[in-house]
Amino acid sequence: MTARDLSRRARLTGVGCTRFGELPGSSPMSLHADPAREALADAGLRTRDVDGIVCAYSLVEPHLMQSSVVAEYLGIRPAMSAALQLGGATGCAGVMHAAMLVEAGRCRHVLVVMGDNRVTGMSRDGAVAALAQVGHPQFEVPYGPTIPAFYALVASRYMHEHGVTSEHLAHVAVTMRDHAVRHPGAQMRKPITVADVLASRMIARPLHLLDCCLVSDGGVAVVVSAPDAARDTARPGVALIGAGQGHTHEHLSQAPSLTDFGCHDAAARALGEAGVRPADIRVAEIYDSFTITLLIELESMGFFARGEAGPAIAAGALALGGRLPTNTHGGLLSFGHSGAAGGLTHVVEGVRQLRGEAGPRQVPGAEIAFVHGDGGILSAHCSLVLVRA
Amino acid sequence: MSERGKPLPRISAEARPYWNACREGELRYQACRGCGRVQFYPRALCAGCGGTDLEWRRSAGSGVVHAVTVVYRAPSEPFRADVPYAVALVDLDEGFRMMANVVGGDPERVAIGDRVRVLFETRGDVALPQFTPRDAPRGVPPSLGREPAPVRGQARVDRGQAQ
Repeated sequence: MTARDLSRRARLTGVGCTRFGELPGSSPMSLHADPAREALADAGLRTRDVDGIVCAYSLVEPHLMQSSVVAEYLGIRPAMSAALQLGGATGCAGVMHAAMLVEAGRCRHVLVVMGDNRVTGMSRDGAVAALAQVGHPQFEVPYGPTIPAFYALVASRYMHEHGVTSEHLAHVAVTMRDHAVRHPGAQMRKPITVADVLASRMIARPLHLLDCCLVSDGGVAVVVSAPDAARDTARPGVALIGAGQGHTHEHLSQAPSLTDFGCHDAAARALGEAGVRPADIRVAEIYDSFTITLLIELESMGFFARGEAGPAIAAGALALGGRLPTNTHGGLLSFGHSGAAGGLTHVVEGVRQLRGEAGPRQVPGAEIAFVHGDGGILSAHCSLVLVRA
Repeated sequence: MSERGKPLPRISAEARPYWNACREGELRYQACRGCGRVQFYPRALCAGCGGTDLEWRRSAGSGVVHAVTVVYRAPSEPFRADVPYAVALVDLDEGFRMMANVVGGDPERVAIGDRVRVLFETRGDVALPQFTPRDAPRGVPPSLGREPAPVRGQARVDRGQAQ
């Protein structure tokens, strides 16, 4: 890899991530405070060093001004404050937003923090019903779709056009679980087999229960610092060398295609800015709300040719030691998913891989990582390219 | 699909002519006089060119299943009695796409490429467009909706603006 000029690139100087799963006694605010403290300690910073804050939203305790509420709770009086609403893409987009703030000189240390307690704070039925409201209130919701049903519609078309099978999808779930087994903070740590996935109950054909992400309590934080932040922080961190977004729709019935999505443009923009190709990526952390989500994104973004990801994944391509180790923390399918924070877990894992701190999940020689978030029904996308600084 | 307690569309001002037409057994969509684009759902402007010179057209209500799933885990209590039920994206012959249930048959037998035709489910004071296999027998049971009014003459029935 050629030497690159990182002198003007934002740094990810600290990360924090709670355990995911059922966390009794947690609240939306505690799931911001805990990872924020961890991320700031990781960076060697105190709350008074933070001059920017980027948050998401909470389903459990919705508020009109989430970033103001969080800053107030943490005792931060930022120079810049923003709450973003891009579903599962909010984590990556929050990091991109923070990077623009520090690279523009508006802020020095931006705290990106998101969390929600979707297990202990609401019933499973409540979470399913609330999430289904992502559908159009006049032209989709009356027909009884769920989030899995929206993704199942995409799966039906993609499988029809590109020969993907339920067995291919099951291998995605099995690989994610194999990774989660190696992460002490993951929600699901019992190994599963392809047969287990195929035998799990049908949620929305063709997606079985084990094709679907988890519902979790969990909070995540990332500190994004100015390029010269090494002076103030505990470690030089990881540099963001490329970022890009792509947006085509919100409601699935308005998607211009069910086989190509904004992830294509997001990845092209991020990889283009970074000056790297998919083949240069050694570790990937890519949004996996459903097994089909990850498979489509991998093909749409150019990591595999159309129709090739399924057989490749079945042969171990995404496993540790495979061609492209992916979601080494177990992803949304097995590490956990608490909304916007779920998409931020991929960023944290990317940073840990580049810092060589992933322990039994470590990808040897990882020096460049690709991270991607998807919000809605493959509606909003944000890609990041990170390198060891 | 049974009716009780299911969500009713929160009807927006620009979509009121659409919902009014549904009550008459007509499926309508918008076309832009400026650029010729057809669109669904109804909007106050053309999402292609931004123009506001829109007209309502009447669809023959005939289309093809572009994607389909069968829901086994319902989003809420009112839908629980209906599982499993089919949710599809249907491409109408006039060039627009909409979501609906495919009713009046085995949901597991609905497949991509199937020809379907519209019918209207009575839900509260709303007539909700649904689809059924094209070859399904006419005279659908009342609980599953009623047949659309036959299309007479040309499809263009209303030259009024969308608003």
